[in-house]
Amino acid sequence: MDAILGGRVVIVGAGHAAGQCAALLRQYGWTGPITLLGDEPHLPYQRPPLSKAWLKGEADAESLLFRPAEFYAENDIAVRTGVHVEAIDREAWTVTLRGGEALPWDRLILATGARARALPIPGAGLNNVLALRNAQDAERLKALLQPGKRVVVIGGGYVGLEAAASARALGCHAVVVEREPRLLARVACETLSDFFQNYHEAQGVEFVLGASARELRGQGAVHGVLLDDGTEIACDAVLVGVGAVPNAELAAACGLDCEDGVVVDLAGRTSDPSISAIGDCTRRPLPLYNRMARLESVPSALEQARQVACDLTGKPPPPPEVPWFWSDQYDLKLQIAGLPLDAPLRLVRGDVGKANFAVFHLTDENVVQAVEAVNMPDAFMGGRMLIASRKPVAPARLGDMSVSMKAVLA
Amino acid sequence: MAKITYIEHDGTEHTVEVKTGLSVMEGAVKNRVPGIDADCGGACACATCHVYVDEAWREKTGSPSAMEESMLDFADNVEPNSRLSCQIKVTDALDGLIVRTPQSQH
Repeated sequence: MDAILGGRVVIVGAGHAAGQCAALLRQYGWTGPITLLGDEPHLPYQRPPLSKAWLKGEADAESLLFRPAEFYAENDIAVRTGVHVEAIDREAWTVTLRGGEALPWDRLILATGARARALPIPGAGLNNVLALRNAQDAERLKALLQPGKRVVVIGGGYVGLEAAASARALGCHAVVVEREPRLLARVACETLSDFFQNYHEAQGVEFVLGASARELRGQGAVHGVLLDDGTEIACDAVLVGVGAVPNAELAAACGLDCEDGVVVDLAGRTSDPSISAIGDCTRRPLPLYNRMARLESVPSALEQARQVACDLTGKPPPPPEVPWFWSDQYDLKLQIAGLPLDAPLRLVRGDVGKANFAVFHLTDENVVQAVEAVNMPDAFMGGRMLIASRKPVAPARLGDMSVSMKAVLA
Repeated sequence: MAKITYIEHDGTEHTVEVKTGLSVMEGAVKNRVPGIDADCGGACACATCHVYVDEAWREKTGSPSAMEESMLDFADNVEPNSRLSCQIKVTDALDGLIVRTPQSQH
């Protein structure tokens, strides 16, 4: 498709993906009007610090913003905050806002994100029961995390563990309740689950694994979590971190292909070539792994922003990327590259007991599919290159700390 | 406040005032200096904010941590004066700092 650089771009959403895509479109030469429609009252801001530095009071609201307001003014990018898009009309080429205003577009980009999965149990609506997706959630959680308070985190995923670490740093008691028999069950291997559990326990976090919350109890505010075995954990606040649901309703309602997320191709196009979608709301192809997946991560959002900005401006697409993720807890830096798919072989480099190790996931042919690195950035960076190269490695060398990652790559 | 000059690979200069306490990376992103992507937002996790510190400023900006050094080892076009700009905190002592951005981040 020809690039029509002067057309009207409307981006539904004003998060990480949306802000980046708008900035890249300008950088790549898009001259037409660009409008971001955000339902939050903020300019695009960073979500990852919400469970970490921001929660601990180490970052302020201004530092969360990617770019100052002047950036958008000077680059002629209109950011409309606090607006709700109610419908997409593909025949009229408009979006309709709450209140009835219809906004025309030539290229539409959906960056609607994901929302916290709700806990379908009684008491989930009590006061002091929170999720952690946006600045408002974080503000409320921060106010509750006073020294001595007891917080129960439901869900042992990254958000829950990061929040538990921050809660401990703020002098709160933290109990994590996880349905699976191990932490991070969906997103990391057993070695990491065990390591993180031990590390958190040493910091005073308690875990109840293989347990489900049956009811949240309280009057007005929550004061206890009832588990399915009848145990009740007393608390002052509950953080629910049981995953996210893609905001794909607008796309589905106008007939775009959706399947647990808005289905897009490698250029970020939906089933309607004039509508693209990026970020947490999408299900996207992963060329290195020959499948579609929904990746809830900042790097994936940025990558898709790049794909769409390239597509719209007629630039060659970026090369297939190695997906990656990171998490900071206490003094631990976890960096993950790739996905441990089709990878039956597992190999540890370094020393788990010293919190300095990496778990590599290899195919039967010794091709690296993923690496999970704790305080070992060279294994992460080198692992990323190995994943991209698709070349087999010698497992004995990869597992041998006396052989540098550079030498493994050579 | 410290005055920082960012020089792009093609020679384009951006001289901006950066609040002390911010990182050199944040100074670039908030002032629309291209070439510093900072995908991870400053967590020392991605190596997309790579810069070359002007020789005259190398001592004042200090040396990279072991973590940063390991990340830099695998960045493209690394030189002895390479740093991750998210790991350089802006202080009054850095008033006048000059950094250059590599070609690979453009």
